[in-house]
Amino acid sequence: MITLDHVSKSYEKGHPALDNISLHIDKGEFVFVVGASGSGKSTFIKLLLKELDPTKGTITVNGNVLNKLPRRKIPKYRRGLGVVFQDFRLLKDRNVYENVAFAQRVIERPTSVLKKNVPEVLTLVGLADKYKSLPKELSGGEQQRVALARALVNRPDILLADEPTGNLDPRNSVEIMKLLEEINARGTTVVVVTHNREIVNAMKKRVVRLRKGVIISDEKEGVYVED
Amino acid sequence: MRISTVGYSAKQGIKNIGRNKMFSIASIATMSACIFMFGLFFSLIMNFNFILKNVESNVGITVFFDEGLDQGTIDIIGQEISNRTDVKSCTYVSADEAWESFSERYFEGYEDAAEGFKNNQDNPLANSAHYEVYVNEIEDQNDLVSFIEGLDGVRSVNQSQEATKTLTTINQLVTIVSLVIIIILLIVSVFLISNTVSMGITIRREEIAIMKYIGATNAFVRLPFMLEGIIIGVIGAIIPLVVLYFLYQKAVTYMLTRFTVLTDFMNGLLPVEQVFIWLLPIGIILGMGIGFIGSTVTVRKHLKV
Repeated sequence: MITLDHVSKSYEKGHPALDNISLHIDKGEFVFVVGASGSGKSTFIKLLLKELDPTKGTITVNGNVLNKLPRRKIPKYRRGLGVVFQDFRLLKDRNVYENVAFAQRVIERPTSVLKKNVPEVLTLVGLADKYKSLPKELSGGEQQRVALARALVNRPDILLADEPTGNLDPRNSVEIMKLLEEINARGTTVVVVTHNREIVNAMKKRVVRLRKGVIISDEKEGVYVED
Repeated sequence: MRISTVGYSAKQGIKNIGRNKMFSIASIATMSACIFMFGLFFSLIMNFNFILKNVESNVGITVFFDEGLDQGTIDIIGQEISNRTDVKSCTYVSADEAWESFSERYFEGYEDAAEGFKNNQDNPLANSAHYEVYVNEIEDQNDLVSFIEGLDGVRSVNQSQEATKTLTTINQLVTIVSLVIIIILLIVSVFLISNTVSMGITIRREEIAIMKYIGATNAFVRLPFMLEGIIIGVIGAIIPLVVLYFLYQKAVTYMLTRFTVLTDFMNGLLPVEQVFIWLLPIGIILGMGIGFIGSTVTVRKHLKV
């Protein structure tokens, strides 16, 4: 499903952000990619989003070799991914329903399909009764659930979550993680990039640890210990 | 692209105008100012051309014949002149009519003196039978004069060289100056709209980035902005056009009462309908075009995510 083969990424100055990384994630897996700031987590997620290209090596996602993917095919590729960010990235001037429906609009789903899918996914994340609220009227946890609903509504094969609990309190963090687990149980591959030790250790999932751009451990049911 | 997507984009475009009120007002104001200036110049140029054409049509040439030329040949000359496409009118003025018009003008109140002239020497303007010829375009006058001079039986052709030359020069000058002004106005308005759209997009850069992360194609991101640009363009064109419509009517009434010379010698000014039959569609298309180009160019710059 996701394969990184000897991937390096260097910016103009300094140490490479990722240094000769090889990693394979199977369909249906739940993987944490962890590390302190500067470990290369953000670069990892940006490479998977095809926001950046690797300096060396090849990345294959869902059968697409990202290095060779032409610009015009990026939108179609991204539609196969669901993405959740630390800062939620919701459209502030649109209500919950419109934010989720937007993902369906982008892939040009007819309005009739959209009217069925959006309430369904809002029910899944527990926000069916708040569909008319604007993001600013919601708590951080609720905003992240809207972002999750938006990421899920197109039924992606892969869900990428970049520090999904970074702006949340412990209770909301646990709830978001439960949701991610539920989504994973339905067959979606979930990759969570985080530095939230408590959450990682509570979940007992595969943990890939990064330090200064290098994988220092990759364990099933792993834990995130002090670097 | 699905029709529902276009409908959705149109709705978003309209909503965006409301969501970004300040930006929309600034864009509409900019567009209005540009179209107002354009409309103003356009009306001025149309009227100037109208006046010029009227003046031109009063600058004629006079064709005199050889002494004792028979009426048959005179008619043939008249026919040959009238057959040319550049001739607007060709009127025969007999020697008697020429004297009558002369004496009416110069012996008004002294009709006896005029009669005295005529009694002594028959018609003093016996050899003044002529054609009065007017051309469609003043620029063609010199060609026509050469042609008539070459005809058998023509003694002389009188034309006002100075008037012809001056009018031709003014005509060319007005065309060039107006074109330059209109082009400058268009460039300035595209630049201003692009700048205001740019401000609006900077505010919405995050929104564009989110759209792109979700997998929106460039066309999908661009469409609402383009439609928004077109709508702003149309509103920004209609406002100044309505203002200009009423202003123009008032201005024409004022000018015609204040400067009677305009009505006396130049058939007045163009009525508002005759100006707006052109200005309205051109203004609206221009507004749409500027809005479209301004927003498309600017969105293109901000699409790299």
